[in-house]
Amino acid sequence: MPEKSLLTDDLRAAIGGYFLRYPTKQATLLPALHAVQEKLGFVPPEAVEEIAALLDLQPAEVQDALSFYGFFKQDRPLGKYRMWVCRSISCEARDEEDLLQYLQEKLGIEPGQTTPDGRFTLETAECLGACDYAPAILVNDVLHEEMTRAKIDGLLDALE
Amino acid sequence: MAPDRGVTVAQYEPVLSANFHKPDGHTLAVYQAGGGYDTLRKTLKEKSPKEIVELVRASNLRGRGGAGFPTGLKWSFLPENHPGPIYLCVNADESEPGTFVNRVQMERDPHQVLEGIILSGYATRAGTAYIYLRYEYPLCFKRLQQAIDEAYAAGYLGKNILGSGYSLDVYIHRGAAAYVCGEETGLIESIEGRRAWPRIKPPFPAVEGLFRKPTVVNNVETLSCVKHIVERGVDWFKSLGTPADPNDPRDPGSYGPKLYGLSGHVSRPGCYEAPLGLTARELIDEFGGGVWGGRKPKAVVPGGLSTGVMSADELDTPLDFSAPMKVDCLGLGTGCAVVLDETYSMVDFLLGSCRFFAHESCGQCTPCREGTHWALQMVRRIKAGHGRLTDLDLLLEIADNIGILPGTTICGLADGAAWPIKNAIRKFRGEFEDYIRRTNAGGWMVTEPVPALEADSGQWTVGSCQ
Repeated sequence: MPEKSLLTDDLRAAIGGYFLRYPTKQATLLPALHAVQEKLGFVPPEAVEEIAALLDLQPAEVQDALSFYGFFKQDRPLGKYRMWVCRSISCEARDEEDLLQYLQEKLGIEPGQTTPDGRFTLETAECLGACDYAPAILVNDVLHEEMTRAKIDGLLDALE
Repeated sequence: MAPDRGVTVAQYEPVLSANFHKPDGHTLAVYQAGGGYDTLRKTLKEKSPKEIVELVRASNLRGRGGAGFPTGLKWSFLPENHPGPIYLCVNADESEPGTFVNRVQMERDPHQVLEGIILSGYATRAGTAYIYLRYEYPLCFKRLQQAIDEAYAAGYLGKNILGSGYSLDVYIHRGAAAYVCGEETGLIESIEGRRAWPRIKPPFPAVEGLFRKPTVVNNVETLSCVKHIVERGVDWFKSLGTPADPNDPRDPGSYGPKLYGLSGHVSRPGCYEAPLGLTARELIDEFGGGVWGGRKPKAVVPGGLSTGVMSADELDTPLDFSAPMKVDCLGLGTGCAVVLDETYSMVDFLLGSCRFFAHESCGQCTPCREGTHWALQMVRRIKAGHGRLTDLDLLLEIADNIGILPGTTICGLADGAAWPIKNAIRKFRGEFEDYIRRTNAGGWMVTEPVPALEADSGQWTVGSCQ
């Protein structure tokens, strides 16, 4: 255990709140991982150990589940804005590829990377379930619909 | 249009989407003003759980999530007189490419979904319901949580609902971007806090599911249908859709309303409600305003990528539970169609499809884990101009040998991966052959093994052969 705990009291209380919802502590693992990533921006190995201790699990059990889901980052915190470009069939058919290319050029990063200033993380999504608004981009909690290069310009300006 | 259909599209009055366009339709006040929760109130007073199960069974309601399994039959697998707990899992992990109608429901009318959940929980005697919601739906999360809070405050959830003695707690469990969580036992594993590896069945969840207790897993739209069956009756439900085939005693028919999704190269993409059995052409032309730019359709995915693809001359196929299979598609799937116009390359379609399933294969069963990746590597090589005609047969060999139907995997993900390959190559073989001959003039006829390409780079790599 590191000397200074990564899981703050608030975080521990939030995770503890989930215990009442399930008959096992292990079932709170996904809610716990979400809570930690939301707070710290990622789930580093030290946090994995602390979560394991909190849920009466082995760190390997936590790591096993965590690594299955592509959603959680472990090496460095996510950018302030996590941008998911949908590349499933409906978005692809409406030229998602051009948008992804454009975003890569504008941000200077590849999918999976974060800009050096820590503002943007670029991701590709398998399907955002926003096919009626294709091509779509999800930025944190906000869906951006029927995107174009011009709309990306406006979006990045608004976020910066 | 089928001549024996009870209610035509023109006569049909939508029920599932009736609140979608009301201002603040997601709030309790608006839902109640339209008669919301009246059915719950009445049912808890007048009907026993068993009577609701019987209604749902008599309606022949089939699951809207993709497999089309009869809901009443699924419920009847629950052990009788079980001391509990019994769990209800609501499958809101809608991740099938091209599919979005559950999202529209949860965003615009979350209380209808909740009323369906409460009625179904009562029927199955569940004390806790978990809504497994994909993380990519933040607005659904907000709206559903707000609806749950309102329902608790109004006495529709919690202990002793409306004085009936029935108690139900509902929690949202957010996923983490894994397609396989939509498989019901993968979903259960994921709630339990593990990697979402589907379980070997039997035991089926109804006998031993979440936390090893009897569990029902139903899709969002399925549970909403339950609400309308209880409210309007079995006769109403069965007046909609495609009747059971009288020559097939095992066909439960395709009854009831359906939320169809439409996207891709159409003028008006969206979520449209109609009785089951709407044809793909009706959906595209009458609801979607036709293919965009006045172009012709080349191919249509009938109900999510897994279901495969129909060619332009198969568009009069009714989108019900049986007809898509008659044109060699996997089934109705989610009823969310994706239109591809005449300019779109089927090589690109297949590449996108293979990439998706290779990425989402959970890795548990070898035929799926390896098969989806081999297929992807081959289609990448074809796309990069190094294809051979023999690759098409190799791809078909993979597609014909992975999945539940050939009996080589635990869950149906591999069948979903196989169908786009089978359909695309068998229905558009000429286009693939032309592409291969055109882009690989010197090597299209080679039959000896050739190296795979390094992923994405288009460069040859040493050692990996197929």
